[in-house]
Amino acid sequence: MTDTNTGGTSPAAPAPAIHVAPGPHLFSGALTTRKMMFDVLLALLPVVAASLCVFRLYTLIQLAIGVASAMAAEAVFTRMRGRAAPLRDGSAAVTGAILALSLPATAPWYVGAVGAIAGIGIGKVIFGGVGNNVFNPAMLGRAFSLIAFPAALGASAYVVPGSHLDGLTHATPLTALKQLGQTMGLLPLFLGTTNGSIGETSALACLAGGAYLCARRTASWEIPAGVIAAAVAISLLVGGPAGWTVLHELSSGALLFGAFYIATDPVSSPLTPRGKFIFGLGVGALVMLIRKLSGYPEGVMFAVLIMNAVVPLINRWTIPVPVGGPVPEKKTG
Amino acid sequence: MIAPLKGFPGSGNFARGVHPPGRKEMAAEAAIEDLPTPAQIAIPLLQHTGAACEPLVKLKDTVELGQKVGDSTGFISSPVHASVNGTVAMLSVTTLPNGRHVRTVPIKTGPEQLAGEALRQEIFGGDWPTSGFDALAPEQIAAAAHEAGLVGLGGAAFPTHVKLMRNEKRPVDALLVNGCECEPYLASDYRLMVEAAAPIVTGALLAARACGAKRMVIAVEDNKRPAAEALRQAAEGTVVQVAVVRTKYPMGGERQVVPAVFRRDVPTGGLPLDVGVVVMNVGTAAALARAVLRGKPLTHRVVSVTGAGIARPKNLLVPVGASYADLIEYCGGLRPDAARVIAGGPMMGFALNALNVPVTKGTSGVVVLTHDEVRRSEETACVRCGRCVDVCPLRLVPSRMALASRYGDLELARRYHLQACVECGCCAYVCPAGIPLVQLMRVGKAQLVKG
Repeated sequence: MTDTNTGGTSPAAPAPAIHVAPGPHLFSGALTTRKMMFDVLLALLPVVAASLCVFRLYTLIQLAIGVASAMAAEAVFTRMRGRAAPLRDGSAAVTGAILALSLPATAPWYVGAVGAIAGIGIGKVIFGGVGNNVFNPAMLGRAFSLIAFPAALGASAYVVPGSHLDGLTHATPLTALKQLGQTMGLLPLFLGTTNGSIGETSALACLAGGAYLCARRTASWEIPAGVIAAAVAISLLVGGPAGWTVLHELSSGALLFGAFYIATDPVSSPLTPRGKFIFGLGVGALVMLIRKLSGYPEGVMFAVLIMNAVVPLINRWTIPVPVGGPVPEKKTG
Repeated sequence: MIAPLKGFPGSGNFARGVHPPGRKEMAAEAAIEDLPTPAQIAIPLLQHTGAACEPLVKLKDTVELGQKVGDSTGFISSPVHASVNGTVAMLSVTTLPNGRHVRTVPIKTGPEQLAGEALRQEIFGGDWPTSGFDALAPEQIAAAAHEAGLVGLGGAAFPTHVKLMRNEKRPVDALLVNGCECEPYLASDYRLMVEAAAPIVTGALLAARACGAKRMVIAVEDNKRPAAEALRQAAEGTVVQVAVVRTKYPMGGERQVVPAVFRRDVPTGGLPLDVGVVVMNVGTAAALARAVLRGKPLTHRVVSVTGAGIARPKNLLVPVGASYADLIEYCGGLRPDAARVIAGGPMMGFALNALNVPVTKGTSGVVVLTHDEVRRSEETACVRCGRCVDVCPLRLVPSRMALASRYGDLELARRYHLQACVECGCCAYVCPAGIPLVQLMRVGKAQLVKG
C-alpha cells in the first residue's frame, strides 16, 4: 500500500509531479494561430509570383514597405498598450502583405507606410489587438490612404505613361470599361498581364492560392463561394457591354483577390458557415453595386469594410439551432 | 468500407466531431486480470446521479462480498454493496475526481477473499441463456437492477432501474447497448466485449424485456472488429443485432450514437427515452444479466489502467472502492515522466490531485499522460477561425459561448444555447489558440444554474 498522495508509487524513483488541469487533456496541436497566418503568406506566393512577372521590382518594393511598416506599427502600438508585441504570430505581416498587394505598383512609399500604420493602429490595436478588430485592418488602412492621398490611389494613379513596364501604360481594365467603354480579352484578365493593384491582376494566381487556403480551411470556402455567387448572379442580371461576360467580371479587378484573401479574414467575418456565406453574398453584391452604379471603377475595399460592420448582425441572425433543438424554456429546479 | 449500417435507419455516422489518436494499442490486447484484493477499500455512498445513500453498517461490523452497505429511499438512487469480505472501519469522507465530497464506508479486507480465476468465473463465467425470459415480469427485472445497485457503467452512472421502468407516456421501441468506447486509450469495454460477449447479449435481451423494446442493437465502432465479431457470435439465434458504426469521437455519447444507428435526434435537455430509445453501456448490460439471473450485485468492474505514464498498462477487474493508487501500483507504478493521472478518458475525464481515491462504479479507466503529451501552448487570442464550430457535434458555437461565459455575459451565452453543451471537448481539442473552452463553458453553465 502506498501512503503518498502525490503519485509516487515506486519507492525507489522520486515521485513524479502530478499536474491537475481541466479537460480535455489531449490537444490536436495540428494548428496554431501562427501556422494559420503563415498559411496565408504561403498562399500568397502564386499572387506574388504573378505580380513579379507583371510589375517586377515594384512588387518587392511595395511588399517590403507594407510588411515592414505593419510589423513596426504592431510593435510600437502594442508596446504603447503595455503588451508584449505578438509579432511572432505573423498577423501583422499578413496585414502588411495584403495591403501592399492592393496598391498600385508606383504608389509613393508613404502610401503603403501610412496605410499599414493606420490599419494596424486604428484598425487593430485600438480594438485590443489580434482577434478583436471589427474591420479588416488592411482594408481600413487602404481606405485611410485613399482619403489621405486621393491622387496616389485614384484611378489615374495606376497609369504611368511611357513606363518601361508595358502593363503600367494602360488604364486598368475596369477603368477602361467604366470611362472609355473598352472591353478586353479574357486571357490577359485571367493570367493577369493587365494593369491594376499589384496583387489583383491574375485570376489564375488568386484561384490557385485561394484553393490552397480553402483546402486547408485557413479560409472558409463559404465566403468566396458567396462572393462569386452574388457577382455571377448580378452580372447575369444586369449584363454588360458587348464582349464583357460574367467571366470577364469575375477575372477583372480585385474580385477574386478580395474573395479569397481579404474577405476571408476570420477575425472580421462571421462565425458560422451560414453566416460566412451570407457575408460573402453581401461582399459580392456590394462589389457589383459599386462597379455598376458608383463613380469608382472597383469596390472590393468598401464592400469588405461595409460588410465587416454588418458582421455582428449576421452573427446574431445566424446562431445555429443545436442538434436536438433549442434549449427548452422551462427551468428544472 | 461498404455500407457499415446496412439494415439500420441511421448512417452509422454523425456530423462533425474529431479524430483524436486512438492510442488503444497499449491496453487493447491485455486480457482482463483481477486486481489482488487490496488491504483496505472504501465504498463511496454516492457513486451515481441522484440521491446519496445512508450507511447500513457501523464500525467493526463484519461484511461479506455482495452485502448491501448503503441504501437510499430516493427513486433516482442506487444502493452500494461491499466488494470484499472484511470489517467496517471508521466512516470517512473523500473527494471524488469530479469534485464531489462524499461519505465512504471503508472496509478492512479479511483473509478469505474470492480472487483470481474463481472471481473471473464468478463474474463472467457459466451459462448465459438467451431465451426463457418470458416468465420474468418486466418490473422484476427493473427491481433486480435496483437491488443490485446497477448504474450506467459508461461514466454518467445513471441508475439503471430508472431507465428500465416502463412508462405508458413514453413507449420504448429500441434498446441500444453502447459498445462505442470513443475515448482514446480506454479499452475496458473492448476487452469485456471480446472476453464476455455472452452476458452482454443476455443483458440486452433482459433489458429489452424490461423496457418493452422490440429492437435490440449493440453498437460497436469499426476499430473494434474483434468485439463486433464476438458479439455477433454470441448473439447468433437471437434478435440482438450488432451495428458497426464509424470510429469517431464522441460516438459513445448518446446524442451521437442514437442518431448514428436510428436516425433520431435526442432532444436538447431530453433523454434518448424521448425518442423511444434506451441506451445502456455494454458493461451495464453484462452486470444486468448477472443481477437478474444470479441475484448478484454490482461489486466489480473492468478498468483500463493505461497511458505512456504507466509502467505496464493493463485491464483490471477491480472491486469497487479500491483506490487509484492500488491500481497504479499493480500496473508497475508511474513512470518518471508521468505528468497527469486522469480518472476516465483523456477527453472527458478528470485529473486527479490525489491517488488515494476510490474507484467507483462509473470509473472506466485510469489514463496517465506524460509531460510531453500534456504540454499545451500558451493561450492566445481567439481569431474566430471557426474550427470549434466545424467540430462541435451539437452544432453549437463554442468560442462565442465560452468567451461570453468568461466575460460574464450570461445572456449572450444563453442566446448561443450554452446549456445544450455536453462538454465533450471537441472544441478545446482543436482550438489553435489553446483556449480552455470546456472549462469556460462549465463555469458559464454553473452561473446559469445559479441564476
